[in-house]
Amino acid sequence: MQIFEYNGSALVAMVGKNCFAIASDQKLGVQLQTIATDFQRISKIHDRLFLGLSGLATDAQTLYQRLVFRHKLYQLREERDMKPETFANLVSAILYEKRFGPYFCQPVIAGLGDEDKPFICTMDSIGAKELAKDFVVAGTASESLYGACESMFKENMEPEELFETVSQALLASVDGDCLSGWGGHVYVVTPTEVKERILKGRMD
Amino acid sequence: MGDSQYSFSLTTFSPSGKLVQIEHALTAVGSGQTSLGIKAANGVVIATEKKLPSILVDETSVQKIQCLTPNIGVVYSGMGPDFRVLVRKSRKQAEQYHRLYKEPIPVTQLVRETAAVMQEFTQSGGVRPFGVSLLVAGYDDNGPQLYQLDPSGSYFSWKASAMGKNVSNAKTFLEKRYTDDMELDDAVHTAILTLKEGFEGQISGKNIEIGIIGTDKKFWQAPL
Repeated sequence: MQIFEYNGSALVAMVGKNCFAIASDQKLGVQLQTIATDFQRISKIHDRLFLGLSGLATDAQTLYQRLVFRHKLYQLREERDMKPETFANLVSAILYEKRFGPYFCQPVIAGLGDEDKPFICTMDSIGAKELAKDFVVAGTASESLYGACESMFKENMEPEELFETVSQALLASVDGDCLSGWGGHVYVVTPTEVKERILKGRMD
Repeated sequence: MGDSQYSFSLTTFSPSGKLVQIEHALTAVGSGQTSLGIKAANGVVIATEKKLPSILVDETSVQKIQCLTPNIGVVYSGMGPDFRVLVRKSRKQAEQYHRLYKEPIPVTQLVRETAAVMQEFTQSGGVRPFGVSLLVAGYDDNGPQLYQLDPSGSYFSWKASAMGKNVSNAKTFLEKRYTDDMELDDAVHTAILTLKEGFEGQISGKNIEIGIIGTDKKFWQAPL
């Protein structure tokens, strides 16, 4: 039994023109059994910063709680929101603390930094950061996602086109993976608004 | 007043509601060499007297103004060795912040954490308070800032402040001369004039120290 494939997940984040999109599948499974079809893998840290956690669901939940705790304390002390780059460093440090007994999660971080510049990154379960200018993927469907994104991605897409691209890439990839699926959950974030949409996909 | 009966233990309040050891620490600060700081519209300057006990002392080996990070500097009045301990702790805290967030620590956060250290030493067993007051000068995303930290652990943001022997004269002088739209060069000039006011003997480049931080956010000291 592979621990990273126990629950199944698919996550992708993509950069557009002064905007970004972050999307996940909605299935929560326990090995071969489907438990939930509305599982939230993406959470808002603040209006311009989103975190997606793939991998073992229990670790994803605990890690999310710890990170929200740290961010709230930061907001109280420094009277400002965390920048995406700063948050990514914090996540990396927290994951490395557990180097020899890690959280079985792969985070995807997406946010708007200074001057509304979109920032995305992912890291492995012990905090090795991977910055990208175009897209990042995580989860059991990651290999399909790499292929789909590579072929569908274009630079400087407007929010509407970005949404279409991310949605197509996500749905196509989870169809090829038995452990993720049951639709998609997409957030498209611009400096002025956050659009949240549910995708209807194959229900298996 | 019966206060003296309560001055043996730092962690015991006197009947008048004071921690007598902190009062004594402030006295130690008040008899230290004068130091001052001025916040200008585009930077901060801190300065201090550097009176050495003998002409045989190598003045280049004495550094009363230190930097805590590339964009935050500090000066003190009071006991030099206590200052060095605080500088060491503050630098470590600033680096720990950087390690966690890969961002330079904001001035307010460093001041808060240093003040917390100073407060710890007023509420622990078997220790005494630090015999220094600090003037922290920094430039970050919130612009130029100047903070004073006292042995009790309290801190205040100042437009201009002075500490040490000549504090009342220096503050009066600063009150008269300070303007909100002062430029950094004027502030440096005023700082030197203020030091000169209470200086015993001839003021020169060798017996004062100046630290300046401008819009380039780099703290530099003169003389180095």
